[in-house]
Amino acid sequence: MATRDITADSLLDVERSFGDRLVYMGRFLWRDKGGLIGLVMFLTVVFAAIFSPTIAPYDPLEQNLRDSKIPPAWQEEGSWDHPFGTDNLGRDIFSRIIYGARVSLTVGFFGVLIAGGLGLVFGAIAGYMGGRVDESIMSVVNLVLSLPYLLFVVVIAAILGRSLINVILIFGITDSPIFARVTRGEVLRLRQSGFVESAVSAGATWPRIIFDHILPNLIGPLITLATFEMSRMIFYEAGLGFLGLSVPPTVPSWGNMLAAGRKYLTSAPWIATFPGLAIMFTSLGMNLLGDWLRDVLDPRLRRARK
Amino acid sequence: MQRYFLTKFLQSILLLFGVLLLVFFMVRLTGDPAALMMSREASPEQLEAFREAMGFNRPLYVQFADFLSGAVVGDFGDSLHFKTPALPLVLERLPATLQLAAVGLLMAMVIGIPLGLIGGFNPGSAIDSIGRTLALLGQSIPNFWLALIMILFFAVRLGWFPSFGRDQWHSVVMPAFVLGLPVMGQLVRLTRSAVLEIRSEDFIRTAYSKGLEPRIIYAKHVLRNVAIPLVSVTGVQFGYMLGGSIYIEAIFAWPGMGQLLEQAIGWRDFQLVMAIAIFTSVIVLILNLLTDLAYAVIDPRIRYGH
Repeated sequence: MATRDITADSLLDVERSFGDRLVYMGRFLWRDKGGLIGLVMFLTVVFAAIFSPTIAPYDPLEQNLRDSKIPPAWQEEGSWDHPFGTDNLGRDIFSRIIYGARVSLTVGFFGVLIAGGLGLVFGAIAGYMGGRVDESIMSVVNLVLSLPYLLFVVVIAAILGRSLINVILIFGITDSPIFARVTRGEVLRLRQSGFVESAVSAGATWPRIIFDHILPNLIGPLITLATFEMSRMIFYEAGLGFLGLSVPPTVPSWGNMLAAGRKYLTSAPWIATFPGLAIMFTSLGMNLLGDWLRDVLDPRLRRARK
Repeated sequence: MQRYFLTKFLQSILLLFGVLLLVFFMVRLTGDPAALMMSREASPEQLEAFREAMGFNRPLYVQFADFLSGAVVGDFGDSLHFKTPALPLVLERLPATLQLAAVGLLMAMVIGIPLGLIGGFNPGSAIDSIGRTLALLGQSIPNFWLALIMILFFAVRLGWFPSFGRDQWHSVVMPAFVLGLPVMGQLVRLTRSAVLEIRSEDFIRTAYSKGLEPRIIYAKHVLRNVAIPLVSVTGVQFGYMLGGSIYIEAIFAWPGMGQLLEQAIGWRDFQLVMAIAIFTSVIVLILNLLTDLAYAVIDPRIRYGH
């Protein structure tokens, strides 16, 4: 069959050119509609975040008390001047949602970058060195992973105070053990695999083994994990915002909007509805994308999917 | 078996020490715990008096030894807000949180596990699609937002359930459902993929080929093996719910530890916050230990020490 040769192995085949692999990836994507939808949803949010000033019809901070609490356009008193309505201070909700994507994606992206970087380094050291080093790194990892995660994130955020940098650092550091654990497991598996052994016996130096044989094989599982973790961070950041512990209250973030909208739940429910839908949209897109990436990049999990 | 349990027990003790260390340094992250715990208007003299009273100007190791010897006998100091010992205040809130998490977990299991089983045995069927959609939504819907929407519809508009508090018998329904939703999604996914994986194992094929009835194969070979990952995830998720109930308890004014944590943060009562963090961690550690024990009982491979 023609589709037979599009396998996960051909995707990750180092011998193939990068362009070839992209084509395979594209064909894979087309066959799996869930992954395609997820990618489109995710790219929509990225697009909104990058081009916020162009897309948003209003300044997200501009208050207009005379036009406060206008309902969304499809309700009777609404108008298309404010498609999603306005909040209690008369700020345009649509514009604030668009700008909110910036906060969420910034936290998610840099959070995962820090978590992934730390996790990769410590996980690889633990897996490669073994022995005492492995034991001590993994005991810290197990400590953090066995704690009630959300509770500690909330408490640390409350102690450090509201700022974007703090939120990114909190998620980046507290989430790194998961990356470390996955990296370590993969490195251990790879070290015992035939091809690394034969590379060692052929006299390859250790940087070569790490960069040519181990790192390329780590990319698949780590990218998949990164997608899920980024979605989780966006989710939790909004949660922190909801409790008033994330970015400062003046910043238009989805969590802050939810927190503000909660007070007007009965009189103006749309203020809290739209930021929630935005979080759900982003999270749904990233989970679909992550599921698809896991199927494509991790051949060992494909069997369970049939 | 005994040795396995003893190892796990000693690990928990070590983790407990790690938790205490972490919590101790957490409130000192900003460098000045007195400024953290006092109101912003406090004068330098008041701060100095507070430091003196709390012993913050002693060397760190003395403070830690003091903290440790108190924590071992359950003395977490006095709450700054209530001026009474912190631990009884936390214990008082424990039943409400346990009830909420237990009912939530029960709802998640009753809905999630059957959906996962049916989906795993009939992949691609209508019920499988429902289960997978629910799993995806459970992961993607921010539950603190869903809580607001449910209050709006089922409490304010329809009046079916009370919107807050714990006074009526059906008060628990909405908060428990919302708290259990992400767990429900996870259980559907996990059960489904476990069934799919085990169905393709060699021993199942052997069971079929020796002419066993499908009913017996499901009950004896498939379900028993599905139970193993389920037990471990259920234990971990229960701990997650105890730590993650802060949002849900805050929204529904559910008088549990999560609500107390939210209030304590608002009062800057970090003595109480520390007590809650430690106490919740201890419960989670005990839960993990019980899960490991249950694991050994179910899985003969661990029982016989392989």
